[in-house]
Amino acid sequence: MKAPLPALPDRGGPAQPMLTVNGLRRWFRLDGKRVIRAVDGLDFSVAKGTTLGIVGESGCGKSTAAKLVAGIEPADAGEVVLDGEVFWARGARIGPEARRAVQMVFQDSHSSLNPRMTAAESIAFGPEAHGVKPGAARDYARALLEAVGLPPDRFADRPPMALSGGQRQRVNIARALALRPRVLLLDEPVSALDKSVEAQVLNLLVRLRAQLDLTYVFISHDLSVVRYVADEVAVMYLGQVVEQAPASVIFARPSHPYTRALFASKPSVDPRRRIAAPPIQGDPPDPVDPPSGCRFRTRCGFAEALCATGTPPLGTVAPAHRVACWMTVPRSGHSQAGVAA
Amino acid sequence: MSATVAMPAKAPGTGYWRGVGRRFARQPLAMAAAMVLLVVVLSAIGADWIAPADPFQTSVSRRLAAIGTPGRWLGGDELGRDMLSRLIHGGRVSLAMAIVPVAVALVIGGFLGVLAGYAGGAVNMAIMRVMDVFYAYPSILLAVAIAGALGPGMVNGMVALTLVFVAPIARVAESVTTQVRANDYVVAARLSGAPTSMILRRHVLNNVAGPVLVFAASQVSVSIIAASGLSFLGLGVSPPQADWGLMLSALRQALYVNPWVAALPGAAIFLCSMAVNIVSDGIRRAMELRR
Amino acid sequence: MTAALEVNGLEVAYRAGRGFVPVVRGVDLTLARGKVLALLGESGSGKSVTLRSMVGLTAREGARVAGSVRVLGQDVPGMTARQQLDLRGSQVGFVFQEPMTALDPVFRVGDQIAEVLVRHRGATWAEGLARARALFDLVQIPAAAQRLRAYPSELSGGLRQRAMIAIALACEPPLLLADEPTTALDATVQIQVLLLLRDLQKQLGTAVVFVTHDLGVAAEIADEVAVMYAGRIVERGSAEQVLLAPAHPYTRALLGCVVRGGYAEAPLVELAGSPPDLARLPPGCSFAPRCGSAFGPCGVTEPAEVARPSGHRARCHLPLPLDDRGDGHAGAETTEAR
Repeated sequence: MKAPLPALPDRGGPAQPMLTVNGLRRWFRLDGKRVIRAVDGLDFSVAKGTTLGIVGESGCGKSTAAKLVAGIEPADAGEVVLDGEVFWARGARIGPEARRAVQMVFQDSHSSLNPRMTAAESIAFGPEAHGVKPGAARDYARALLEAVGLPPDRFADRPPMALSGGQRQRVNIARALALRPRVLLLDEPVSALDKSVEAQVLNLLVRLRAQLDLTYVFISHDLSVVRYVADEVAVMYLGQVVEQAPASVIFARPSHPYTRALFASKPSVDPRRRIAAPPIQGDPPDPVDPPSGCRFRTRCGFAEALCATGTPPLGTVAPAHRVACWMTVPRSGHSQAGVAA
Repeated sequence: MSATVAMPAKAPGTGYWRGVGRRFARQPLAMAAAMVLLVVVLSAIGADWIAPADPFQTSVSRRLAAIGTPGRWLGGDELGRDMLSRLIHGGRVSLAMAIVPVAVALVIGGFLGVLAGYAGGAVNMAIMRVMDVFYAYPSILLAVAIAGALGPGMVNGMVALTLVFVAPIARVAESVTTQVRANDYVVAARLSGAPTSMILRRHVLNNVAGPVLVFAASQVSVSIIAASGLSFLGLGVSPPQADWGLMLSALRQALYVNPWVAALPGAAIFLCSMAVNIVSDGIRRAMELRR
Repeated sequence: MTAALEVNGLEVAYRAGRGFVPVVRGVDLTLARGKVLALLGESGSGKSVTLRSMVGLTAREGARVAGSVRVLGQDVPGMTARQQLDLRGSQVGFVFQEPMTALDPVFRVGDQIAEVLVRHRGATWAEGLARARALFDLVQIPAAAQRLRAYPSELSGGLRQRAMIAIALACEPPLLLADEPTTALDATVQIQVLLLLRDLQKQLGTAVVFVTHDLGVAAEIADEVAVMYAGRIVERGSAEQVLLAPAHPYTRALLGCVVRGGYAEAPLVELAGSPPDLARLPPGCSFAPRCGSAFGPCGVTEPAEVARPSGHRARCHLPLPLDDRGDGHAGAETTEAR
C-alpha cells in the first residue's frame, strides 16, 4: 500500500513512552454550582507498540478522557506528551501535522460516519485535508478498505446505511488509519457489535497494530475485550484510576476491591460455575457529587472511617502495579493494611 | 445550495437525492400539489404570453361580470378588467413577494444559524438572543409593523418579510447544525486537522442544507399569506399593479354583488399556500433516511 | 398441569416494500412451569420477535403471524385484543432492556405498581400501595418507602430495572418474558439484577423466557437454552448440553468468540462473514455460507431438527454423536477471571 502521506518520524527511540498523560482534569459545570468531576487527575503512560486498556463503568469518565487526550475537548489541567514532545498543554493549539499522530475510533453508531458520504469519501477526507489530491486520496482509501477486509470494488461507493455494524466499524478504523497516526484511541470500538463480529474486529485491530507499528489506548466497559487486546490495564472509577498493572498481573492478582468486584461480576459461559452472590451492591454513585475520600467506599465491603476522610494515593504495590486503596498502604491505619496486597 | 464539492469522481450524495426524488414521486398528494405549483409558477413566468387579455384594460360594461362571460372567462373585477389575466399577472407579483424574502432570509438566516451552531459558546449566545427578539412576535404582526414603519411599496414589503423570516430560519439552521456538530464524524474530521471551512463544507453543510431548505420551503406558504396580507392592508404593492392580496382588498366591497369573483384571489392564495405546504411536507418525508 | 409455554411452527413475517420478509421461520418451543429458557442469538436472529409473538404483540403491529402459541394452556392468536391485553397484564410479566419504555415518566413508580394491581387484581388503592411496598422489598430496592414516591427519571439504571421487575411481578404471573433486561446495565449492576431475577424466579416458581445475546448471562440463569440463527432455532437443550457440548457449528462458533485470555495466548476463533439478509436467504442451511463444516447437502436442503435421546436437538446435516460428551469443545476449561 503506497501512502500519499509521509510516516511520522520516531523521535524518542524505543524506550521513550509513546504517550504520557499527566494530571489530566476536566470538570463540567452544571447550573453554576454543581460540578461533574468527569476526569479528576489522570496519569498514565503507554509504551510504544503496546495497548493500554482502560476499563470502567458508565460515568467513570473514560470517554471524556479519550477526547481530552486527543485534544478535541479542552482540559482544565494536565498535559499530554507524545513520544517525548508535548502534544498539547493547556492553552496551546495542536498544529495540523502533529494532529495526525493521534486519531480516534468511535463506538459504531449512526453518528460515526457521515450519512452523505460513501465509505471511500469518508476515508479520503483526512488525507485531502492534508493536501493530498482527491484522486490519490481515493486510491489510498480503496487500499485502506482492502487492508481492513472490505473489498473496495464492493464497498468503496456504499453509504453508511448500506453497511452492517461490523463493516461500518472497519470503515471507521480505515478512516483513522488514513492519516498514518502513531496512536489510536479506541473508544468502545466493539461494544455495539454482535459477538461474532466483535471477534473479527478485535482480531483485525490486533493484526493492524503489529503491521503498522501502532500504539493503542483501548477504552471499554467490557472486561473481556480489554483482557483480549491490552498489555496494560487501567481500571477507572468515577474519574480516577484505582488500579493499573500489566494485564497478566492484574488478571491474576487484582488488588483493588473494585477491580476484584468488576472481575467477579463477569459471568462465565459454564453453567456449572455460576456466581453465587453479587460481588458488590448498588449502582455507581452520581459523578456530580462523588463520595469524599476514597470514591469507592460507599460500595466497598472493607470501608472504614479512614476511607471517608483521606483519598488513597495511587501507590506502587509491586513493580509496575499501582493501586489506590488504603489497604495496600502499609501503616495507613486501615485494619486490613498490608494484608490484601 | 452548493454544499457538494467539485470532485473528479461522482459528487457525494447524488444517489441520496435520486432516492429522495423517488420517494417523493411515490406520494400521490405531494405529486398533485407539485403539479399545481408547477402550473402556477409557469403561468407566472409566462404571464405576458398566457394571459388572454390585458390585465389593465378596464371595461365599464363588464364590471363584476359573472364567471363564464365571453372575454371574461373568470369574470371581471370592479373596473371590468379580466380576472383570469389579473390572477395570472397577480400571481407573478405574489410569488415574487413571497419567494424572494424567504430566499434572502435563507441566505442570511442560514449563515447566522450555521455560524451560531458550529461556533457555539458566546457567538451562539449573541446571535441567538438577537434572533429571539424577532421570534417573540407573531410573524404577520411583525411584518405589518416593519412594513408600516418603512412605508408602503413592494420593495419595502419584501424587506419587511425578509426580516420576519431570518429568525425562524436561523433558529432551525442553528439547531440542526448543533446536532450535526455533535456527531462523531464531525469530531473525527476535527481530529484530522482539517481546516474549519473544509469541515463545514464537506461534513456540516451537506447535512444541514436539506432540513433547512425544506423548512425554508415550508415558510414560503406563510410568506404567500403574509405578502398578500401586507398588500391587502395597503402596505405592499401599490395600484394599478396588483397582487392577489391587493385584488382581494379591492374586491372586498363586491363580495355581496358577485361573491364568486370576489373570492377568486383568496382561493388562489389558499391554493398556493396549501400546495407549498404539502410539497415541502412531502420532501421532508422523502428525505428521512431509513436506517 | 399445562406447560407454561408451547410454541409450534411459529412464523412471523414483516412487510417490507411490496412483499413480506420472514423474520421468524418455524419456531418450536416448550417450557415447563417454573423453568428458565434462554433464547440466545445475535441481532436480527428473530429472538425478540419470537418473544413478542408469545403475547400477540407482533400481530398487532401488522406482521403476518402463523403457527400456534399456547401460553398457560390458552391459545394466544385466537384471543381477542382485550383478552390479550388481560393476559399481558395479569398472567404474563414483561421486562425490557430499556425500562423507560415500560415506566411512565410522569407518574411515581409506586403509583404505577399500585395501578396495575387495582386494574388487574381488583385491589383497592391502599392495598395496591402496600403491595408495591412489599414488592420493592422483594426486588431489594433500598429505602423502599422513599423510592416508591420517586419518578422513574430519579432512579438510577439498576433501580429502574428493579422497579420494572417489581411491576412485572406485581400480579405474580406464572410466566415472565424478559428481553435483554440486563444488557444496558454496567457489569457490577448487571450481575445484581441477573441474580435477583434468578432468585425471584426460584422463590416464586415463575417460568421465564430470557432473550439475550450474551452466552455468560444465559449460563448464569438458564435451565434450557435455545440458539436462534436467521429466524430458526438451530439448537436447543439443557444449558449444560448446549453450552458445554454444543452440537451445532454456529453454537460452537459463538463459544469460540468468547474471550478466554489475551490475544497472544488465546486467539479468538473468528466466525467469518455476517448473518444473511432475511429477504434473500441462501438455499439450504442458512448458516452454510459461514460454516466451516459445510459439505454437499448443506447448500441444497434445509436440515431437519435431529434429536438425541437426551433431548438435545440441533438442525444440522452433520451426524450428531449419540451422547452429550461431544468434544468438550467449550466452557469446561474456561480460565475466566474470577
